[in-house]
Amino acid sequence: MSPLLQVKNVTKKYGGLTANNAISFDVAENEILSVIGPNGAGKSTLFKMIASFTPTTSGEVIYQGERISNLKPHIVARKGVVRTFQETTIFKSMTVRESVVVAQHLRAKASLAGYFWGSKTAKDDVTAFEKYADELLEFLGMSEIAGEQASNLPQGSLRALGIAIGLATDPKVLLLDEPFAGMNHDETMNMVNLVRSVRDERGVTVMLVEHDMPAVMNISDRIVVLNFGEKIAEGTPSEIQNNEKVIEAYLGSVDDEIGM
Amino acid sequence: MLGFTSKQLIGVGIFLFMIFIGVPLIIGATGRWDFYFTLTSVALLAIASAGVWLTFYIGRINIGQGAFALIGAYVSAILVVKAGWSFWISLPAAGLFAAIVAILIGLPILRLRGVYFAMITLVLTQVVTLTALALPITNGAKGISNIPLPSGISLFGIPILPDFAGMENTKLAFYYTACVIMILTYAALYRLVNSRLGHLCRSMQQNEELASSIGVNISYIRIVIFAISSFFGGLGGAMFGSIAQSVYPSSFQVADSVNFMLNCFLGGLGYVFGPMLGTLVLYFGWDLLFEFGKYQMLIYSTVLILIIRFLPNGLLSIRIGKGGDK
Repeated sequence: MSPLLQVKNVTKKYGGLTANNAISFDVAENEILSVIGPNGAGKSTLFKMIASFTPTTSGEVIYQGERISNLKPHIVARKGVVRTFQETTIFKSMTVRESVVVAQHLRAKASLAGYFWGSKTAKDDVTAFEKYADELLEFLGMSEIAGEQASNLPQGSLRALGIAIGLATDPKVLLLDEPFAGMNHDETMNMVNLVRSVRDERGVTVMLVEHDMPAVMNISDRIVVLNFGEKIAEGTPSEIQNNEKVIEAYLGSVDDEIGM
Repeated sequence: MLGFTSKQLIGVGIFLFMIFIGVPLIIGATGRWDFYFTLTSVALLAIASAGVWLTFYIGRINIGQGAFALIGAYVSAILVVKAGWSFWISLPAAGLFAAIVAILIGLPILRLRGVYFAMITLVLTQVVTLTALALPITNGAKGISNIPLPSGISLFGIPILPDFAGMENTKLAFYYTACVIMILTYAALYRLVNSRLGHLCRSMQQNEELASSIGVNISYIRIVIFAISSFFGGLGGAMFGSIAQSVYPSSFQVADSVNFMLNCFLGGLGYVFGPMLGTLVLYFGWDLLFEFGKYQMLIYSTVLILIIRFLPNGLLSIRIGKGGDK
């Protein structure tokens, strides 16, 4: 089976600094793939390039046989590759439900003028969005906080809201940026189950950047390890745990790193 | 009805009654005919302010509405005086022209955010003023004067709008015209804000990155909104030129642009009808303080600062508070 998404020799340079150097790997349909590495390894930059939030210096990202790097982010989102952000990036003064309704923009059938005049298609859209928002929040176990203003939510719920917003776009590939950061063990386990059910029940391919090693080992089908902008390893969690380069990368910087 | 609560409908009813029947009655009883001109000005400035409010709605501080009002005034004046168009056709044409200019200017500058966008728009008014001084068609510093009053319109021999020149009381006619256009503007604005387009604007106002990650074409919506905003500016400006029967490069200045923005702040950025109230209060407030002579500006600015400091959500936040009509 050909891979759903291919990262091919992707390089990003900021002036003299190389954030990512010739990174290549494939993402298979329906897998959960984690990108890990010490701080500054270039994980976030890589995600930004996959979602086309920043152009590549060279190399390309291929999705379903089509090049998606260096396009506008909303076009890549339209194709089904959607990125979520860390918890501060939300619609602060919207409620949870409003955020999820607005995030279904891509599913809209009516034109902007249709919305203005209140055409039938537009009304049907809104009804469908609200219905799906309720379903989605139910699925994510967020029905109880649907009416809460996003700015009043605790961190864990914000993370879930980020995922809800991402899922509302009906993505094929969801890129999660540190979904477990700052969570305690129970919250992390809930989130791990949630991410897994997103893949299992919704058929969404998930890529995540994460620091929480136990969670990563638990959830991932495969792991890509970056260090100083280079890919140093790729494989299943057990392969990665026994990879010498990976151990060196982490242990070699134990002081300023997460201390694994 | 139409998704409004009965309370809102009553409010709108009272408002319409006041401006179309109440105000003329009061003015007739007191004999203060000059109030028509004041209130007409408020209505027109409120139309332009509505545009500024809309750009706030996508998270952009717009201090350039004076530029578009001036463009609208000139386009209408030139079409009426030099091309012999009817004023009523020149009015939407002025709005459209302002919108087209906004698209051309907006393409490069709408990428900017925050204070950078604000600074560029601040310069726009001056640029348009200088352009009007330089171009032959705008007649330089002399401007365009003796603009004829709006002529009548009839369709298949049935008069729809009377000829303003043949009227005894053009003040009242202009007042009604301005009020009708203002109401249409705010109805359109209300509809826009409460439609899905409004929700997309809110998503952009709150987080452009996230908005684009959910597939919103943010640059397209920014342009559309800026064009609509400037359309309102052009419309207000064109009406103004017609009432004053003249347009000069100084008809709208940087100070006017700043006032359009202040109207929005004062009324409340969270409420569609904020700029309307803001314009009314600001316009009358300035006049009422006239008695203080040289202290007029001092008192005026102090009050403004206090209001912005203690009522950051504008005057409407006092009455409506949380969860009122947006």
